[in-house]
Amino acid sequence: MSSVWFFLLGLMLALYAILDGWDLGVGVIYLFLARTNSQRRLCLNAIGPLWNGNEVWLLFSGGALFMAFPRVYAVSFSGFYLPLMLVLWLLIGRGVSLELRGEIDNALWRSFWDICFAAASTLLALLFGVALGNVIGGLPLQANGAFQGTFSLLLNIHSVVVGLFAVALLALHGANFLCWRTEGTLHDRSREISRRLLIPVCVLAAGAPLAAHYSRPGFMDSFARYPVADLAPLLVLILLTSTVYFSIRGRDSAAFFSGGTLILTLLASAATSVYPYLLYSNINPAYSLTVTNASAPYNGLVSGLIAVGIPMLAVIVYQVVIHRLFFQKLTGREKDGY
Amino acid sequence: MDSAIVGAARAQFSLTLMFHYLFPILTMGLGTLIAFLKTLEYFKKDERYGIAARFWTHIFAINFAFGVVTGIPMEFQFGTNWATFSGRAGDIVGQPLAMESAYAFFLESIFLGVLLFGEHRVRPVVHWLSSILVAAGSLFSGYIIVVTNAWMQHPVGYKLVPGGEIRLTSLMAVLLNPFAGWQAAHTIMGSLVTAAMVMAGIGAFYTLSDRHRQFARLSLRVGIILGLLFSLLQVYPTGDANSANVTVYQPIKLATMEGLFHTEKGASLAIIGMPDEDHERLLDPVIVPRLLSFLAYGNADAQVKGLSAYPSDLRPPMAITYYMYHIMIGLGSLFIALMGFGLLLLLRGSLFRTRWFLWALMLAIPFPYIANEAGWVVSEVGRQPWIIYGLMRTAAGVSPNVSAGEIVFTLLGFTGLYCVLGLLFVFLVGRRIAIGPEDDEELEEHPIPPQTGEADW
Repeated sequence: MSSVWFFLLGLMLALYAILDGWDLGVGVIYLFLARTNSQRRLCLNAIGPLWNGNEVWLLFSGGALFMAFPRVYAVSFSGFYLPLMLVLWLLIGRGVSLELRGEIDNALWRSFWDICFAAASTLLALLFGVALGNVIGGLPLQANGAFQGTFSLLLNIHSVVVGLFAVALLALHGANFLCWRTEGTLHDRSREISRRLLIPVCVLAAGAPLAAHYSRPGFMDSFARYPVADLAPLLVLILLTSTVYFSIRGRDSAAFFSGGTLILTLLASAATSVYPYLLYSNINPAYSLTVTNASAPYNGLVSGLIAVGIPMLAVIVYQVVIHRLFFQKLTGREKDGY
Repeated sequence: MDSAIVGAARAQFSLTLMFHYLFPILTMGLGTLIAFLKTLEYFKKDERYGIAARFWTHIFAINFAFGVVTGIPMEFQFGTNWATFSGRAGDIVGQPLAMESAYAFFLESIFLGVLLFGEHRVRPVVHWLSSILVAAGSLFSGYIIVVTNAWMQHPVGYKLVPGGEIRLTSLMAVLLNPFAGWQAAHTIMGSLVTAAMVMAGIGAFYTLSDRHRQFARLSLRVGIILGLLFSLLQVYPTGDANSANVTVYQPIKLATMEGLFHTEKGASLAIIGMPDEDHERLLDPVIVPRLLSFLAYGNADAQVKGLSAYPSDLRPPMAITYYMYHIMIGLGSLFIALMGFGLLLLLRGSLFRTRWFLWALMLAIPFPYIANEAGWVVSEVGRQPWIIYGLMRTAAGVSPNVSAGEIVFTLLGFTGLYCVLGLLFVFLVGRRIAIGPEDDEELEEHPIPPQTGEADW
């Protein structure tokens, strides 16, 4: 049962990474991509009404982690104290920028929020990547399960590589999203940017496992233990290739969807490499928090599954419906404005 | 545990929580009122209600956005600042919190999008239903958060296991906690009172400035009628039943908030008075004899235990609990008087001309916020020294691996950030009110044709 929750949590985080990933990605390329106010409005209208619902997946993952693996929640949130507070401030900054930019029709006001939005999105992508890198690489968990995550500890070569990878990949995802959603100049510029991002994405995609090997040599072990999981890295390779191909050929929706699935398979590979650990102690593996020793008891997990897991499916369905409802190619002639 | 850490962690949690709560106070109630207006629009086919609903949806949206961005830190802080509490009780506390995002957040955030941007993309019936789902989402959200809090006030459905962990035995027991029902009803009613009073206050503002006459009168009428209804329900039965629960489950809190130092038979109720803790007495009290015994136990001669009956390390901080309780009660009574008088003027047909009263309504807007916040301070400070009543002390719940210096740093960061957010909020809402609803002056002669395009958010 705790493995089911491990899977569900991974799925929630992956959904977050894909859905809010394009919002963050648009933020990363925003200042380079969109020069005029009308282009910027178009970008924001593309992520416009639904970014909020996307971000909720992060809250949802937090709540599910709290419920299913209380010790992991407690140890990681208090251990990553300052970085998490930074994440909170950045999430506040991004949300406020998106909501407030359109409130006043003034160039200075807009520029200020444009910069906030871009900076917050970029730093968030970087920090999420750094956090993931540290979870894969292991943390100095003591015997009581606690650690103190200072920046000097958390910013190591491996996590920074993963962080940069996250920034590049989400930027690509955001660019592909805009190609898919828009027409005209903005579309062409996004396509141009997405092509330029292909090389950094491929280089970092190769660099991330190498760096992981450097920080935690045994990180590939579980692939040997669960041969079926080898499918995930294999799919990563295929999808990376297809994303590159579709982006170069300008096949907008194919590039976007294969990029989104790429994020899913990358996170699946990361989850496999971590499993059965949730937080790996690089001081002594026996201090690690695993799906068994850190989970809530069986009946808590079952009632959680009924109370949360089932509605989650309904949520996915109605999110799809709502996204379809709002889907249209944006041309810049719409009246509404962020 | 080092008291500096506990103090800093509590200061940070109360700052972020009280600031966050300013926004849900309005949205929980306003969402319901918007659904009410949309229902009237839909069934009466009256565009005036639609215009009003659209204006209030804009106000709702600004509040909702601030509520969301300030709400995220709440969920994170359980883990960052209260790791021991979360690690031991997360099995239980995490359940409602995960449910909140599963049901309520998604409902609210997605259907608010439909409400704001979808008016000309979806059929009217879908738009109307969206308003109801937004309201349902915010009310459910309120309920589930109160369930979490009620479990900390009166833990149920759990068992203790060796090693100090608290394990869930029944989710239903937690969700149907006897403490939760009335507490939630009282909380939500507080929010409804706020929304109704804000509506009436803004209506008063427009009437006084002679703008948007039709919208203003509609707001005044709806605000005052519902405001009176809600502020009565706020006192009875919700407030009364809630304090009955406190009497049964948390008698020390009762004695603290009522300022009762010594056990008395036929205890009197202190209306005002300043507690003097060193000499265990109230200074300059105004009291009603025997009323406290009657309210608490339905018997004017019943014995009510005073603070001196309890060991001093189990008593919550006195002054703040006592004052906040009295502020809440005082303001609640004032709201009934204000709204009752308003209804009287409305029935006599002189409300829209009675300028002094409209001034009073307009200036009353901040007070329901104060009353709501004060009520929560009573609830939370009055629960001390416990983080989970009777099970775990607040000092034992903090994170072992976070230092006071770190918390002070982030506390300062939050303070600065929230000052900026607060200013922005006041500025933006003020601006939205200055713009006002779509001009309805013409509507009196000929109705506005349906707007094309989308809402200008």
